[in-house]
Amino acid sequence: MSTVTADTLATVAPERGFWTRERTIGTVLLALGAIAAVLFGSLANAQSARFTLSEDAAGAALSVNGVLGAIVFGVIAAGAGATLLAGVDKRWFGLLLGVGLVGLVVSFLCWQISSARPGLNYLPLVDVARGTFNLALPLIFGALGGVLCERSGVINVAIEGQLLMGAFSGALIGTIAASAWIGLLGAALGGLLISAILAFLAIRYLVDQVVLGIVLNLLAVGLTGFLYERLMQTNQPGYNQPPRFPEWQIPLLHKIPVIGPVLFHANIFLYLALGLVILIQFGLFYTRWGLRTRSVGEHPTAADTVGVRVRGVRYRNVLLGGVVAGIGGAFYTLALVSQFTKNMIGGKGFIALAAMIFGRWSPTGALLAALFFGFADKLATFLGSIGSDIPSQFLAMVPYLATILAVAGLVGRVRAPAADGKPYVKG
Amino acid sequence: MTNTPEPAAGSPDKEPAGPEPATTGQAPRSHRDPEQGETFLRAFLGNLWSANTVMVTLLAVVLALVIGAILIIVSDPDVLAAYGYFFAAPGQALSDSWAVVSDAYANLLKGSIVDPDVVRGAMDGTNSWEQVFYPISETLTYAVPLVFTGLAVAIAFRGGLFNIGGQGQAILGAIGAGLVGFLLPLPPVLHVLVALLGALLAGALFGYVPGVLKARTGAHEVITTIMLNYVALFFLSWLIVQKGIQDPARSDAISKPIDSNAHLTNFGSALRANIGVLIAIAVTWAIAWLLNRSTLGFELRAVGGNPDAARTAGMSVGRTYTFVMALSGGLAGLGGSMMVLGTAYNLTVQVVGQIGFNGILVALLGRAKPWGVALGALLFGALQSGGNRMQSYSGISVELVTVLQALIVIFIAAPALVKTIFRLRAARASRLETSMAKGW
Repeated sequence: MSTVTADTLATVAPERGFWTRERTIGTVLLALGAIAAVLFGSLANAQSARFTLSEDAAGAALSVNGVLGAIVFGVIAAGAGATLLAGVDKRWFGLLLGVGLVGLVVSFLCWQISSARPGLNYLPLVDVARGTFNLALPLIFGALGGVLCERSGVINVAIEGQLLMGAFSGALIGTIAASAWIGLLGAALGGLLISAILAFLAIRYLVDQVVLGIVLNLLAVGLTGFLYERLMQTNQPGYNQPPRFPEWQIPLLHKIPVIGPVLFHANIFLYLALGLVILIQFGLFYTRWGLRTRSVGEHPTAADTVGVRVRGVRYRNVLLGGVVAGIGGAFYTLALVSQFTKNMIGGKGFIALAAMIFGRWSPTGALLAALFFGFADKLATFLGSIGSDIPSQFLAMVPYLATILAVAGLVGRVRAPAADGKPYVKG
Repeated sequence: MTNTPEPAAGSPDKEPAGPEPATTGQAPRSHRDPEQGETFLRAFLGNLWSANTVMVTLLAVVLALVIGAILIIVSDPDVLAAYGYFFAAPGQALSDSWAVVSDAYANLLKGSIVDPDVVRGAMDGTNSWEQVFYPISETLTYAVPLVFTGLAVAIAFRGGLFNIGGQGQAILGAIGAGLVGFLLPLPPVLHVLVALLGALLAGALFGYVPGVLKARTGAHEVITTIMLNYVALFFLSWLIVQKGIQDPARSDAISKPIDSNAHLTNFGSALRANIGVLIAIAVTWAIAWLLNRSTLGFELRAVGGNPDAARTAGMSVGRTYTFVMALSGGLAGLGGSMMVLGTAYNLTVQVVGQIGFNGILVALLGRAKPWGVALGALLFGALQSGGNRMQSYSGISVELVTVLQALIVIFIAAPALVKTIFRLRAARASRLETSMAKGW
């Protein structure tokens, strides 16, 4: 069998006769839905699965018989797949895909929750949603930082380092200044520092950007670890007790069930993240800055010809990316826990990278991917707490495997900006 | 003049040699053309201060040590206090700084090469000679796994691929070696060999996956290997708590200890260095031979140099990619096995440490040449082993070593920066650019 390389595949049109992307995904959904209905339905317990609208077992709940729920939601997923396979207008694709995926997840949950011990057979929606957002927030910031860099053509593998540096300098400066706001500024500067090295060496000295990213991650680990042991461990109150951002409660809105406590009773980072997603999405696709950024990332020579300062745009975007990722790091030290610990990011930067790729280098895509990954992460803890047989480690693999499937083109196809990672040399 | 002092480092395809020989190998060469006399000496000095491989590596290390020293000073409250009255007593601040930095770096040397006090002790008979070799043994122990992961990254580099999955492949290798080590009852020598084979195959399998994805679908190996690193890590953390794998006597996540038959024999009872050192040397030689002397190596380098030209010449680029990644994974797997069979003797989540990521740095340090990689690994091993002593004797966190390692590689990856800082002359053989800059 002859092998197909990237170049030949790229020239193959997305429409491959009958098997369009919609039909392929429809088939996969149909098969998975059918499997879910049969497998989860037969494994599920007749006990009811309760989805409570609070943080614990109390309060109002949506309750469904486990077997019934697993079958019905599996069938719904299969139905969405069948509709896609039958061929519908393209604008319904996103909706049907969403319905299919939610159906699969709920079918799975019905099986899992109903199989838990009596008394544990509930899923607290508020708790799960809040956990999802908390786990997704650093990913959103990190992925946005990545999007800003990579849309202008500079690969950012250093997200991990930027988050870590942001968390560290946020804690350090926040403690010294005794102000969470100044800590936030410090976190932005920390991310900026890593980004500045990345920009300087990648754009000015044309160093391989993947190499640089890996090394900068290591530098951040070493630097923060070293200063943590020398400064913070010896003088905890002086250097490592930053104040925390309070949770803001928005009047009236926070009383909406489920959505209220999650979206309208949160700290600044949630609003910053959502605001930045909208801002960057709008900026990238509807402003002059965005057009220039994208042109520099896709075809720098053409951009240069019409007078765009390629290196200038790249410098600005990489530095901005560092600021955004640095702020994301501060979420750990200024909101989640109020102290820095060694290597506290622990690989989140690489999931953020995955979220950026999985979200096809777009801000809204990154947001959705980050929420999906956050949900998978939260689900792993939740299933562990109800004593499920599903090993949490396999759920933890989901973000990475999903990204591999995405870049391998097995589910749709993701494509990086054309000039991503290629330094621009004038002339 | 054609006989520059740097041909060894400049064209290692003919003579694989690390950065080191260039300075030492200078003397005999000067005898070869004595008629050049003074002009030769001047040319030699001029070339010495040019941006060649050896000089850039040396200066990168110096720069990293200088920045490390600054870090030590600014993070020491006592010394900083002395700087508070710097203008009143500048000597005090400077001598304090010198004291703390020289003490740290002296321990770095004593912990990695030799401690004079112990040598004196051995002569007096207060301690054994074996203890004299302890620092070297530690250096080698840390260097050996890095040789393998470094070679793994280097060989992928030469084939035009960037294998960031060394970490995951090393984990798989550790699993392969560990499972053979405690599940199979085998006689002494055979057990080690089978365990190494297990590591090789497991690592190769984990390298094969991104290779075949790259060849068939064009999925970029950087992305897939980064993701697979975490898949491997979670797989390991799941595996070691399973029945039959987890140590029944322990409640934490640790596997059964591997059979003593599968241990790599140590060089001395108190030394951790083991026959892994010999295996590492043999494998380095084999990879150097493969790259520079075999048809396969030629094909590999051709594909790495220009895949389109290689395809036109009738080579199968996809097959070469798959082969390179599998070989690379196998090497990284062997690196992981060195940790399990040589030092740790059981599987834990942290069993392979950071050897996969450090392998990338070592490969860059060695300019993706087999013997260069071995020397780079030796430097990293020395830093690690010296760093441990620095931590316990000088109280300087071993994290400083990570900073030093990262800085060294940053400067090496940007030779133009080092050249600018030290105002070096341009080198003749400018094969310095490690940059591949390909993008996803």
